[in-house]
Amino acid sequence: MRDALHEIVEEFADTPKEFRLMLLLEFANGLPPLPQHLIDDPDAMEPVEECTAPIFLAVDVVPGEPVRIYFDAPQDAPTSRGFAAVLHAGLDGGTPEEILSTPNDFYLSMDLDDLVTPLRMRGLTGMLARVKRHVAAGMSA
Amino acid sequence: MPVEFDADPKIQAYAHPERLVTTEWLEARLGTPGLVVAESDEDVLLYNTGHIPGAVKIDWHTDLNDPLTRDYVDAEAFAALMSAKGITPDTTIVFYGDQSNWWAAYALWVTSLFGHADVRLLDGGRKKWIDEGRPVTTEVAVPAATQYPVTPRNDSVIRAYREQVLAHIGNGPLIDVRSPGEYSGELLHMPEYPQEGALRGGHIPTASSVPWRRAANEADGTFLPFDQLKAIYQDEIGLTPDDDVVAYCRIGERSSHTWFALTHLLGFTNVRNYDGSWVEWGNTVRVPIEKP
Repeated sequence: MRDALHEIVEEFADTPKEFRLMLLLEFANGLPPLPQHLIDDPDAMEPVEECTAPIFLAVDVVPGEPVRIYFDAPQDAPTSRGFAAVLHAGLDGGTPEEILSTPNDFYLSMDLDDLVTPLRMRGLTGMLARVKRHVAAGMSA
Repeated sequence: MPVEFDADPKIQAYAHPERLVTTEWLEARLGTPGLVVAESDEDVLLYNTGHIPGAVKIDWHTDLNDPLTRDYVDAEAFAALMSAKGITPDTTIVFYGDQSNWWAAYALWVTSLFGHADVRLLDGGRKKWIDEGRPVTTEVAVPAATQYPVTPRNDSVIRAYREQVLAHIGNGPLIDVRSPGEYSGELLHMPEYPQEGALRGGHIPTASSVPWRRAANEADGTFLPFDQLKAIYQDEIGLTPDDDVVAYCRIGERSSHTWFALTHLLGFTNVRNYDGSWVEWGNTVRVPIEKP
């Protein structure tokens, strides 16, 4: 797992349960806005159908350059937005190999399962699977 | 002493006008002694992004469901929850939430299983309140704890179990409140949601399809007026107010919305919510399923 993502997972696991959701909200509030080229071209983004909220993502894979990941997530869906922000903070700027090495169940170590329903956790795994699919496709392109 | 009822003419036309309040009514009464406003959302973080001033959060998943068994909390846990939220048996609780009040209606229904007397819904829920520019705060309410008595949960009146639903087929109306695609078996979950949760698609034999959404105004999520609700459920579907009705959806939240409309707005006397719903039925071995 990439160090940046690993640190986030540890941060969640080390946070007392009663503050863990607030940490997720802090991530949600910190999701960076979309760059102008994606605001101008929303069709370039892919809907994450595994999410209960309208979440969209785009992944730029250019050989020899860090992978860039973009998420669009509404403010009124803070849980899904928080998951998108965790993946963004943990994986954006990584190498393709680092991103593909992310275990699909990495989120289990965040200890959110008491607080967030399994359906929502599946939104997170859906986002990760889609990011990895883009990266794998970009590498073989 | 219950907080006075909403005199709004639309609300007064319902069978039980004491169960619904308008946003105007609530804003004018925030802070009234004996009134607790409770937010219940699908999104577990939404309350923390801003809520009605003074409102407490009641989470359908972590507060109302037992952490181990797929069931509601027991009487002790419910009493502890109510005590922590500053609620006494005399408190007027006004529930509101996201998603057109699904989870608010669900929380109201679960609270009713424990016999709490004065429970009301905010017509239009969270979205209407925010769209109207009414006050919100991120300050988490810290109510003074109470000693809510341990009151047994009574599932026999408004809750239906799988075995009862099986026996109900052919003996009384069943209302499937899911989307048309879920009813027909094309979808296993709401449109645009992950298609997981049940191994089989379709509906319970004899169930009529009346999507929950039909009870609400598209624009602001408020309930339709009495006459329009009556036209749907009584004139079109043919239900009568003393019918033994069972409503279901996927996990019981959308059918809580319909349960509320039938019971409190139309005045039906014998409506039960089958909270096991499709996630139980569509995974159960050897129960009958109908597909068109």
